[in-house]
Amino acid sequence: MKITVDGDVKEVKDGITISELIEQENVETPEYVSVSVNEEFEQRANFDTRKLKDGDVVEFLYFMGGGQ
Amino acid sequence: MKITIKKSDYEKILAHARKERPDEACGLIGGVDREDGVREIKKVYLLTNVDHTSEHFSLDPKEQLAAVKDMRSNGLRPLGNWHSHPSSPSRSSQEDIRLAFDKNASYLILSLMDDANPVLNSFHVENGVSTKEDLEIV
Repeated sequence: MKITVDGDVKEVKDGITISELIEQENVETPEYVSVSVNEEFEQRANFDTRKLKDGDVVEFLYFMGGGQ
Repeated sequence: MKITIKKSDYEKILAHARKERPDEACGLIGGVDREDGVREIKKVYLLTNVDHTSEHFSLDPKEQLAAVKDMRSNGLRPLGNWHSHPSSPSRSSQEDIRLAFDKNASYLILSLMDDANPVLNSFHVENGVSTKEDLEIV
């Protein structure tokens, strides 16, 4: 199936989970990455079970913060 | 790395940072990495500091997503972020370094410590080391 990841269309296996996609995409420091699917943020607790569907639009967003 | 920001964009983040004091202000930068090796900031985004404090900042993820989508629709890509230091120098703090998870990003820090002479620098952070980039306001 095809999904869009960070703006790029990619072929992935059917029913891939968010956790599997994170691993496949070699996302660094995944513990600090938020994931949105079709503009809805998915809770981290669901990453292992949330299966993606054909045509889904996924965005990985790094937490961005700091302080003086 | 050489990185450029338009004077109008610099003035935009400066005005926003002054308005948000005493809190830290923050946002994203979008642009292109040119073939000549120069990183060109073409658009700056003013985002909400959800921490609302003078010592920390965190970007609002929903605003972050909206900004990234806007960049893509304008042919730009996310280049990093910017934030203000209302009362400390323009250098990466320990917390800035600890929370810099994207080694491909440029991290701009605007110091308002001397209000008459604000200082903007850009940093690359990798493996816990912050390196100043060659930032030019054009």
